[in-house]
Amino acid sequence: MSSLSPHRVLAALLLAALASFALALATGSVSGVLSALVDSSEGAGSRSAVLWQLRLPRALSAFAAGGLLALAGSLLQALLRNPLADAYVLGVSGGAAVGAMLALLGGAGLIGMQAGSALGAFGTLAALLLLARRAFFGRLHTAARVAEEASTAVLLTGVMLAAFSAALLSLLLALAPDLQMRSIMFWLLGDLGGATDLRAALAALAILAVLLAVAATQARPLNLLLRGDLQAFVQGVDVRRVRRRLVLVSALATATAVTLAGAVGFVGFVAPHLMRRLVGNDQRVLLPAAVLSGAVLVLLADTVARTIVAPLQLPVGVLTALIGVPVFISLVRRL
Amino acid sequence: MSPPGRPKGKFLSAQREGDPVNGAAIECRGVRLLAGGRLLVDALDLQADAGSRWVVLGPNGAGKSTLLATLAGARRADGGSVLLGGRPIEHWDAQTLAAQRALLPDGWLDPFAATVLDTVLTARYRLGNADEHGSRIAERWLAHFDCAGLLRRDVRSLSRGERQRVAIATALSQEAPLLLLDEPIAHQDPRHQALVIDELARLQGHTLVASLHDLNAAVRLATHALLLNGRGDWIAGPAEEVLTAEQLSALFDTRIDRLQLGSDSGFFVVRPRR
Repeated sequence: MSSLSPHRVLAALLLAALASFALALATGSVSGVLSALVDSSEGAGSRSAVLWQLRLPRALSAFAAGGLLALAGSLLQALLRNPLADAYVLGVSGGAAVGAMLALLGGAGLIGMQAGSALGAFGTLAALLLLARRAFFGRLHTAARVAEEASTAVLLTGVMLAAFSAALLSLLLALAPDLQMRSIMFWLLGDLGGATDLRAALAALAILAVLLAVAATQARPLNLLLRGDLQAFVQGVDVRRVRRRLVLVSALATATAVTLAGAVGFVGFVAPHLMRRLVGNDQRVLLPAAVLSGAVLVLLADTVARTIVAPLQLPVGVLTALIGVPVFISLVRRL
Repeated sequence: MSPPGRPKGKFLSAQREGDPVNGAAIECRGVRLLAGGRLLVDALDLQADAGSRWVVLGPNGAGKSTLLATLAGARRADGGSVLLGGRPIEHWDAQTLAAQRALLPDGWLDPFAATVLDTVLTARYRLGNADEHGSRIAERWLAHFDCAGLLRRDVRSLSRGERQRVAIATALSQEAPLLLLDEPIAHQDPRHQALVIDELARLQGHTLVASLHDLNAAVRLATHALLLNGRGDWIAGPAEEVLTAEQLSALFDTRIDRLQLGSDSGFFVVRPRR
């Protein structure tokens, strides 16, 4: 049940986003980075470089990746009417990891790895839709019971695909030369260490904005789809068209996020759940709220990941899981 | 019902050809329904005139829900055609169709929390954001079905009977002239059974097609009746000609008598088959 006014929650999330940006830009081994903006004294140049070439791209990437993962998670949960759905659980992130790994072992550089991960994400989602296409896009299920079984079928197929990509990953890891092990491990856990390209970060942010805008136009029909395909169709929703659009949006969001940050888990899970508690299930509010909270979560997690044991950097995925799992369990216990 | 070799279905009265005032709200022409390869309904010709109240009766698995979903345009007939306003129903787009017909399905999904009011308001989707009367209409129909006190409750906390009445109020809040109701009195206690049937019988400006299992409720509600035996055969016509003890006994393969009490129209009693 919604207990807080949606406007207040969204405003609070925006403030939190700004605050975490400021925090992310100000913290690190070089101090006084923010003051370099207004400072013209000696040494300000190098501090300014830290800001523009390291911290800002990384913060924007973290923000975009978190928002994209939360968007994909919220949409998949609504489309499958199951709070367990998420790109990670459905094997999409795992598929992306396999793709990236194959590219890496094939000798590709960072860009090749990113292309591989995008291909892997799309490939897995395509396989999922193909295997479960009857449950997902088939004719309307006229009995509520059958509709429920159908989305369970999609979910089970996704979980099996995730297991399959996990097995493939283990195989590739066994074959991988030791030299590459560390970078592979980081990528698998989700890592923003390589996100230093400001243009790529801005592009990801733009993709997030476009995808959120598209999803927002489908928020009203999505509210009806939550109550079943048959019910939604009877009340005037073009069920297949809405599904097609939103599946595409979540696929693009996942692919962009894993390309940017690797396989960061739990964000697509925790952010929508947390926001559902606060603002209820109206997708018009839930989608932007989940995107903002997912973005803030990853941004904060990454800030902690790169500073807590400095000069060592932790993969951000470790932090999101360490924060996400206890939060999630405490939420479920209060159900 | 009809033995093999005879025509599949029959009318008990000649149906009027397109009444100029009322006209057909929905029409079946040679409709065939299959489920898992089994023939449920064959060559069904039916014309529900505007303002009529059809009751569909038949044993479990006879195809009542399948027929209602077909009439709603949610599944294609496996043969023949369904016409709404003279046009094949599959030619209507979802949003225009929603203004013409509503359906009470045989179950509901509530995977996430939502208030009763928000749930009923989903019926107003077709009207877009500029729907200023939505809440008033939703509250009115909830009150009609004794749900006024449930407005702010979470639908997941309702009993099945309450949830069903909320679903009926939802179907009515769509304000479509054609109402398709799959077992509207399922899960209702005696008082609410009577209330729901009474409210449905008093609806103005609606055409009703409702499946029921209660024979006496059917008599109270119906102007017309359709019997489906689940093996392809059907009987359709005015209620008083279709809902007879003899035909119902044959339909359900059990002994059903009609008891007369004074000037009452009588009621059906089902005897256990020994």
